[in-house]
Amino acid sequence: MRDFVSARARAIPPSGIRRFFDIAQTMDDVISLGVGEPDFVTPWCVCEASIYSIEQGSTAYTSNKGTPQLRGAISRYLDTRFGTRYDPENEIIVTCGVSEAADIAIRAITDPGDEILVAEPCYVSYVPCVSLAGGVPVTVPCRAEDEFRLTPEALAEKITPKTKALIVNFPNNPTGGVMQEADWHGIADLLVDHDLLLISDEVYAELTYEGDHFSPARIPELYERTITLNGFSKAFAMTGWRIGYLCAPPEITAAALKIHQYVALCAPVMGQIAAYEALRIGEAEKDAMVREYRLRRNLFVDGLNKIGLACHVPKGAFYAFPSVESTGMSDLEFAEKLLHDQHVAVVPGSVLGPSGAGHVRCAYAVSRDDLREALSRMAAFLESKE
Amino acid sequence: MDEKDRTLLHLLEENCRTPTSELAVLAEMSEEEVKSRISRLESIGAIRRYGAVVDWERAGDGNVAAVIELKVSPERDFGYDRIAERIARFPQVRSLRLMTGAYDLQLLVTGPSMHEIARFVAEQIAPMDRIRETATHIIMKTYKENGTTFAEREEVERLPYSF
Repeated sequence: MRDFVSARARAIPPSGIRRFFDIAQTMDDVISLGVGEPDFVTPWCVCEASIYSIEQGSTAYTSNKGTPQLRGAISRYLDTRFGTRYDPENEIIVTCGVSEAADIAIRAITDPGDEILVAEPCYVSYVPCVSLAGGVPVTVPCRAEDEFRLTPEALAEKITPKTKALIVNFPNNPTGGVMQEADWHGIADLLVDHDLLLISDEVYAELTYEGDHFSPARIPELYERTITLNGFSKAFAMTGWRIGYLCAPPEITAAALKIHQYVALCAPVMGQIAAYEALRIGEAEKDAMVREYRLRRNLFVDGLNKIGLACHVPKGAFYAFPSVESTGMSDLEFAEKLLHDQHVAVVPGSVLGPSGAGHVRCAYAVSRDDLREALSRMAAFLESKE
Repeated sequence: MDEKDRTLLHLLEENCRTPTSELAVLAEMSEEEVKSRISRLESIGAIRRYGAVVDWERAGDGNVAAVIELKVSPERDFGYDRIAERIARFPQVRSLRLMTGAYDLQLLVTGPSMHEIARFVAEQIAPMDRIRETATHIIMKTYKENGTTFAEREEVERLPYSF
């Protein structure tokens, strides 16, 4: 029998943390800082509305682009919260999480051979999605010394005549780095000069601790060449509901919608109803969760620096990204030994991009008690390695 | 009161035994500032006292508790305040509130037995001047107290890793 697996699927490298996952499964007292999801349960008002809708029999397909109610609510939310305007009729698609939104955005704009720039370290899906779409992923480093922001210099170095688009994620998973308005100007000039498109994944936008999140689509020259991605998973603790959205100029939205309708048909209706409720009445609980993340960040980053793992204060998302260089271990070695010796799970930075090497990603989306315990185990680990 | 005071109050309300050093880290201020803010909040009465949320049943000391509704005739010039003050002096009365609706005062009363509570209501509360009617409701089970849920729920298992 011949090998039926496609060359494209075969070319996707196996997950860099599969090995760790298997080890962690055999332990029963793991403190996991390895999960990129909130530990909070979705606000009860949101769950309750969704349960009621099921009782009422709302179990059918919705419009491909999502219910008009939810698209309208998203449009109003983006305008009041981040100052970006999208028409709910032809500039917004509700997707199965931001993961799907990223995939259809990439496929809607990529032709074979197009070079798509990906600012790294980053979430692991962008690069394989570009490859699956026939594009050529080219990574652009965001460095620790720049507080993990994207600089125009780093970007300019990677632009070629084949470059078509840039994918960024700020606030960033895994570094917690953010881009303020001033940081965008040099980037915007390059994107306009080279006629490039921007895909901006802003799923952590609500988790911005110093000042407000700046959405690059607010820059007038960028608006017409930006696809904004966002979702409910992180801000409203709704990872399992799988609701994200894509916002873009009408021509791009129409192209992405063609792909979305054949891939997913529509996002799950229960999730769409829940998401609508989250925007309607979930703000206070969202704000309370964001306040709690900030407290955890303060506690955890202070603790990391005290035990000797240098860590900048992340301004967004819920990840600390300390350097482990002082230990003399690589990030992979550190993560593996820490899990083995002390049962604390962290993600080695190098699996999230070459600039992540020498760092580990610690999600502080766990209780403060667990963070204290993780810190004391990490301190014991460091002592044992001295 | 500013955002920092609010943060401190929330942290103390959640766990008043949090060390000053940790409050300082959490609330992004120096230990001196934590101390001076707390003493100010104490002195203006924003912090009334420091206590624990006790599940007495779990502790093995199952007191009986009852919610008692009182209909009261208000006094000229004083309204409900004087009678409320008299009732509040009884140590059995754990909380006391003036309510809108079908009755006026609501008491939370605890005692060692149902009999004791009945005696307290019959002998101390009901005969007081201006009390027109009492209704006693025995509490059967407490599910949540001051924001803390008592029932234990099984934790939903989360994956150890995700990107």
